[in-house]
Amino acid sequence: MAEYVIDSSYFIASILFIVGLKRMSSPVTARGGIWWAGAGMLVAIVSTLFTPGLQNFALMLLAIAIGGGAAWASGQRVGMTDMPQMVALYNGMGGGAAAAIAAVELLRGPGPVAATTVIAALGALIGAVSFSGSMVAFAKLQGLINRSWRFPGQQLLNLLVLAGAVVAGAAAVSAGSGPTAILFFLLAVGYGVLMALPIGGADMPVLISLFNACTGIAVGLEGYVLNNAAMIIAGTVVGAAGSLLTQLMAKAMNRSLAHVLFSAFGEEPGAVSTGPVGKSLKPIDATDAAIMLAYAGTVIVVPGYGMAVAQAQHKIWELAKALEAHGVEVLFAIHPVAGRMPGHMNVLLAEAGVPYDKLHDLDEINATFAHADVALVIGANDVVNPSARTDPTSPIYGMPILNADQAKNVIVIKRGRGAGFSGIENALFYGDNTRMLYGDAQDVVNHLIQELKAL
Amino acid sequence: MIDGFTALYLFMLAAFTGYEVISRVPVILHTPLMSGSNFIHGIVLVGAMVALGRAHTDVERVIGFVGVLLATMNVVGGYVVTERMLAMFKRGKPDRARG
Repeated sequence: MAEYVIDSSYFIASILFIVGLKRMSSPVTARGGIWWAGAGMLVAIVSTLFTPGLQNFALMLLAIAIGGGAAWASGQRVGMTDMPQMVALYNGMGGGAAAAIAAVELLRGPGPVAATTVIAALGALIGAVSFSGSMVAFAKLQGLINRSWRFPGQQLLNLLVLAGAVVAGAAAVSAGSGPTAILFFLLAVGYGVLMALPIGGADMPVLISLFNACTGIAVGLEGYVLNNAAMIIAGTVVGAAGSLLTQLMAKAMNRSLAHVLFSAFGEEPGAVSTGPVGKSLKPIDATDAAIMLAYAGTVIVVPGYGMAVAQAQHKIWELAKALEAHGVEVLFAIHPVAGRMPGHMNVLLAEAGVPYDKLHDLDEINATFAHADVALVIGANDVVNPSARTDPTSPIYGMPILNADQAKNVIVIKRGRGAGFSGIENALFYGDNTRMLYGDAQDVVNHLIQELKAL
Repeated sequence: MIDGFTALYLFMLAAFTGYEVISRVPVILHTPLMSGSNFIHGIVLVGAMVALGRAHTDVERVIGFVGVLLATMNVVGGYVVTERMLAMFKRGKPDRARG
């Protein structure tokens, strides 16, 4: 009897997960999507408690209370700018859990069906790599690890460690001895660390998305081992959706997945070039900039990660509202990789209260720049660098960019005179129609608002 | 018991479903969607609960405990973070003139 109740609750949970995911893929229904998925999760968890023959309930509830409390507290407290590393952290936890399930199976020794043990080990490998790799990704984004480790022969070492893990895994499957299984897990965890360490900066979101897909696959495989349809379906759906999302992210940056995994970004020698000869940066002060903005017909705001660092998103929305009060049309142009993850900038601006229908992505808005009176670039750099369009020698050549340089005037708010994240000099800043407004984004925007009010 | 071929069909259909369901997602939802799918693979918790519930030795109990702990963090953290991100998607006034 209990079996039927559990099976049907898993069936309902699977439907709720898929409907939830579907709803999360459209802005209109996204908010409800997580509630559907959450309801499915609750149904599945509660009914699992009634699985016949379960013991150790005290331990189980203790683990749920500790884990749930810790995750609830950290998830509520974290700022919106730090969301990407929290996704990495929680994803790693899921990978670790999948590996733990497999560890119990493997330590028990070979089961009656050999294929089941093999699949358990495969899930363990993927889960353990996802666990340690996500932890490294978290540590990097959190600033706990500040540099990307690279040395000659790194790819070879990684390959050897992975091969070692596979061999140890095969040995553990066939012999079922404890020490071999432990060696297998150590090598798998080590491979995850080695894989994530050399990857830096702009490529991190792609890596996190890849690990997210990996955890999904690991969960699906362990679902087969445990004969649990909800785990198979939810894990595989996430594995497939996550793989697609990873490709979409890499594509938005004009990079292949192989490039992300096996080569460094912006650290190739010679990537740093100097500005165009005979041109100079032309500064502007806040008063003149405010006048230029106030008498414009259309202003396109191009926010970048610098805006997020300065926590200026609320101020920018205030500025946009002040401009709209002057009859100026204000649009926001969001580059696919603005912020730290695709879509991260939208989240930050949404937090500040900017309605999402004011946010336009690259394809939508690029034609509009030519008609705009002012493009206001705030803390963005590489994503508006026209060299990506014009200079085949530039490391970012071919990357889709926002055509801010085609606006009649460009105002660039920038903290200092240094080059961008990738160390590439930006030709936009030297354009004849470009004026530089130096300072901390939040202070500068505040200043602009004051000037507008005084007009 | 889900036998080999039934499982294979499940894997195939679920993979197509996952691919199709998000194939037309706008860029603005990439981060929330990654977070949301991160929450969904938290279903690993039910597996970890079964693994701990059926543990007989102390080693199995320790591993099972760690599994449930980690999986719960995946579920709860994934939900909280996704909910917070999606809560910010509000629509502007519908009568706004568009350029």
